[in-house]
Amino acid sequence: MKEKLVLIGNGMAGMRTIEELLDLDKEMYDITVFGAEPYGNYNRILLSPVLAGEKTIEEIMLNDEQWYMDNNVKLHKGKAIVNIDRKKQVVIADDGTEEKYDRLLLATGSNPFIIPVPGHDLPGVISFRDIYDVDQMLDASKKHQHAVVIGGGLLGLEAANGLMLQGMSVTVVHLGDVLMERQMDTVAGEMLKKSLEERGLNFLMGASTEAVLGEDHVKGVRFKNGMEISADLVVMAVGIRPNIELAEKIGLHCEKGVVVNDTMQTYDPKIYSVGECVQHRGQAYGLVAPLFEQAKVCANHLAKMGIGRYEGSVTSTKLKVTGIDLFSAGDFNGDETTEDIVMKDVNRGIYKKVVLKDNKIHGAVMYGDTVDGAWYFQLMRDETDVSDIREHLMFGQSHLGDSGHGGHNAAAAMTDDMEVCGCNGVTKGCITKAITSKGLFTLDDVRSHTKASNSCGSCTGLVEQIISSTLGGDYTATDHKPLCKCTEMTHEEVRIAFKEQHLTSALGAMEKLNWRTDDGCHVCRPALNYYAIVNWPAEAIDDPRSRFINERAHANIQKDGTYSVIPRMWGGVTNPKELRAIADIADKYEVPTVKVTGGQRIDLLGIKKQDLPLMWKDLNDAGMVSGHAYGKSLRTVKTCVGKEWCRFGTQDSTAMGIKLEQLTWGSWMPHKFKIAVSGCPRNCAEATIKDFGVVAVDSGWELHVGGNGGIKVRATDLLCKVSTEEEVIEYCQAFIQLYREDANYLDRTAPWIERVGLTFVKQQIVENDALRKELSDRFVESQTYFQTDPWAERATGGVESNEFAPLKKIG
Amino acid sequence: MADWIEVGVLDDIPKLGSRVVEGPDGDIAIFRNSKDEVFALKDACPHKQGPLSQGIVHDKTVTCPLHNWKIELDTGVVKAPDEGCAGRYDIKLESNQIFIAL
Repeated sequence: MKEKLVLIGNGMAGMRTIEELLDLDKEMYDITVFGAEPYGNYNRILLSPVLAGEKTIEEIMLNDEQWYMDNNVKLHKGKAIVNIDRKKQVVIADDGTEEKYDRLLLATGSNPFIIPVPGHDLPGVISFRDIYDVDQMLDASKKHQHAVVIGGGLLGLEAANGLMLQGMSVTVVHLGDVLMERQMDTVAGEMLKKSLEERGLNFLMGASTEAVLGEDHVKGVRFKNGMEISADLVVMAVGIRPNIELAEKIGLHCEKGVVVNDTMQTYDPKIYSVGECVQHRGQAYGLVAPLFEQAKVCANHLAKMGIGRYEGSVTSTKLKVTGIDLFSAGDFNGDETTEDIVMKDVNRGIYKKVVLKDNKIHGAVMYGDTVDGAWYFQLMRDETDVSDIREHLMFGQSHLGDSGHGGHNAAAAMTDDMEVCGCNGVTKGCITKAITSKGLFTLDDVRSHTKASNSCGSCTGLVEQIISSTLGGDYTATDHKPLCKCTEMTHEEVRIAFKEQHLTSALGAMEKLNWRTDDGCHVCRPALNYYAIVNWPAEAIDDPRSRFINERAHANIQKDGTYSVIPRMWGGVTNPKELRAIADIADKYEVPTVKVTGGQRIDLLGIKKQDLPLMWKDLNDAGMVSGHAYGKSLRTVKTCVGKEWCRFGTQDSTAMGIKLEQLTWGSWMPHKFKIAVSGCPRNCAEATIKDFGVVAVDSGWELHVGGNGGIKVRATDLLCKVSTEEEVIEYCQAFIQLYREDANYLDRTAPWIERVGLTFVKQQIVENDALRKELSDRFVESQTYFQTDPWAERATGGVESNEFAPLKKIG
Repeated sequence: MADWIEVGVLDDIPKLGSRVVEGPDGDIAIFRNSKDEVFALKDACPHKQGPLSQGIVHDKTVTCPLHNWKIELDTGVVKAPDEGCAGRYDIKLESNQIFIAL
């Protein structure tokens, strides 16, 4: 007999828990769901667009009745649970239906708060909470003219905007002087008010409601100062309260909400609770992101896996009024211990304020241009020290490097046909449609359904902004980003585990770290393989099957399944003999395209896989080795001609480049790694957009780090200046090793440095001679294991011979 | 009855790996998973004809090397949210020898 799980509350938090549970274990429970509303589970946060006439009820259904049937979940819709017999473990519905449970999940949500003024119970006074309320409002808007919304918070403004779009004349009554004062400071609140007034909303600020007037139907509202206004519809939107009526009735410990621990368990161990009815560590939440985090943890414990903990959420807010971008998070008002950075451009309707405390973001409020909200929020939650980026902070992440989204990236201002993702040709309309019609909530969901930001990732911020402006305040990027779907662990946690637990192989690590899948997936296996190699270079078992094809075939796969071959050409210097050999080889294998690469090498394209070892042998015979143009590894060292030829050259940059390439080739990295050496500050080798750039000056060498010329152009940061060739080499090796050990797999140096801060890198490499020496030594040691030419090993050494030859030819 | 054609032995294919059989109508990818089960698919992803034999194999799935579509090895069906199907071939393992039927 399966155990019985009963869910009370057919809403977003409860149903998300059920979905997470079914993902973990489909067969564990017989599941029964009770919902007081006569519908399936719908996306409550999209009620505002329904009211505004931008969406229909069908469009916001998350689980329709068919879903419950398909998943063998019994649904009692329109039945409210009125009692629970905890001794007998039975729930009782208002129509007498009884259901036994082994485990019970309480997700009763919250109730709107109704101000208990005289007349609050008159017909025509409603709240804004469910489909019924929306129907009431839509109905009223057809018959009546005047609406009053009490409450100038998030929900009140969304209701007011919706009613106005339905043709009503709407007055928003607010007790305070600032709209949305819990989410906005005075300046942003004023800008918002002005913009809403321009759209046609009326405001009564500082107005305290004394009574709702009318006899058999609402007729008006009277305030404490004696003023009266007429109204045919009054919407009370002054807040929500956790719905704990049932929990209190059955004697479950409640304070503001149902008290739960970090596993979402209530004081009755058989009863779990999630959602807006819950109080966790003294905090109740009314946004969807925390509820989903709770759902994930709760499902994990219901599935008896017992490894998740909910530790509370930091939340941010957005307003779902089309055409208005605003964002806030954290403590944006600040106090005497904080400092503000403010940017205000009233004409363009832009206001940004970031509150700093101890060089960390403590809060932020933005109006008009909120594209960097997600970024500030991330910096805030990660408690990143922003002193290194302080001067750029207000100009946003795009200012730190962006290939072209800068300037026109206010999601709300974009039209539906505007392209968001340039790699995959995904428009804004395509994303918003997928979010609403498929019920998507997370960046991962949107990526897999639409492919937006799924390739190069440069539009991630914009996609996140579109998700949050579509879902409103309910979207937040998740705090804890697991490495992939096979584990709960983050990259950081996995990296540390490899070191501390002496893990030397990808497959072994999955077993030790309780991977959910038998073999991992294409995301985690290459990462694990890399962590093994970088932590334990002498002992690691390098698994070719855990590497992407390019690193397995030591060539770059092309769109037609052929490969490209790039021999190493040290420092970009070649000679007639090498060129002749390359020309002969190109003839011999009928190479369709020969191209010079951006890194000063020669690329032979269109090579059949079975020809690779033959071609490599010919290249080896001519003295050339693998150029590693295919790997997460040292790619090329680009140089200029330097003082040997150039009349401006100050040092021998070519020789320095060759030296660096000879020392660093063959090293595996978290991502590709490029070096350049320029002979003078004219910087013809473009060293300041490389991962490690060296610029010669008359007195020595400037060392630059963290540049990128690709997805997001980012100029390097100056690490330091050194005077000798030996120093250049030691600093370069130390920097590479620090990056190798500290960055997450697939982090380029640019985002890594932005995350850890240049100060950290300087502390390790410039300010601490002993650490630098240790890092450099570790790199040199690792190189003794990996500086072997993979082409020679395969062309003549018999390594992986199965990789290249067909198994058989038939037919 | 299908004609079974012997194409090699299990040890010819690395665990979690794949080899190509050149067939009369194009390449066929033969996969071996961690449980030593074998599978045969047309070596072309339904998306943009990426060679599936070059992908990463995990459980009963291969991830296409070109754009990370995931294809079920036993059915050839593309995993949601992407859609499509790579052709599959019957395959059997008899005392370490692999046979496929065209």
